[in-house]
Amino acid sequence: MSKSKSDQRPLSPHLSVYKWQLHAITSILTRITGNALIVGVILFILWLIAAATSEANFLIMNAVISSWLGQLVLLGSLWALWYHTLAGIRHLIWDHAVWLDINTSRLLGWAVVLGSFVLTFLTILFL
Amino acid sequence: MMAFDIIKTGTSHFKAMKISSMALVALVPIFIITIGPIFGEQRVVVLAKLEQPIYALIVAVTFTVGLLHFKSGVQVLIEDYVHGVMNKVWIIFTIGLSYLLIGVTLFALIKILV
Repeated sequence: MSKSKSDQRPLSPHLSVYKWQLHAITSILTRITGNALIVGVILFILWLIAAATSEANFLIMNAVISSWLGQLVLLGSLWALWYHTLAGIRHLIWDHAVWLDINTSRLLGWAVVLGSFVLTFLTILFL
Repeated sequence: MMAFDIIKTGTSHFKAMKISSMALVALVPIFIITIGPIFGEQRVVVLAKLEQPIYALIVAVTFTVGLLHFKSGVQVLIEDYVHGVMNKVWIIFTIGLSYLLIGVTLFALIKILV
């Protein structure tokens, strides 16, 4: 396939020209968490397939998820899952063209950030 | 390459993201509350839980919808940052990975059930 004219178009977003503020950070975190969750998903699926196959396999995967690196990935995935869920709800709200003014959307941004930490903490506490 | 060209598919892509995200708003908390506690438990505990169809179903539906949502979301990421041939290579890879993971999840759950 030859390089077409469209290949020369600039790629978005133009991160270097914007000042970082809450809306930009909460927006890019939605994308980062959503994509990074694949790590936790693969870890869960490997654990699931180990449970389904044999005791030996399960012990290996249990050791993996119990290690400090495994625990770190799980904790990160749990926070990412809550963050992405709350950020997703924010998008569903915005799709109705409401709460888009600066003050309300800033409040919503903080609600997503704080809410994700609170829900992560509550999950660890109760489960 | 027509089938892979990202043209005239914007509306259906938006709908797929919107509908799957609405489903996941309910599925994610249900998954965390019901399946979360068995993560890190002994194998007998894990199997006893997942042998119950309702919990197997929660994992199956959450992961199927979640990975389809992932597939569409990553596609937008790739469209934003990668152009040209690699754009299509990465999108096809993502679609393949998503379907593979859905398949493996369902296989593991069926193996536990039977």
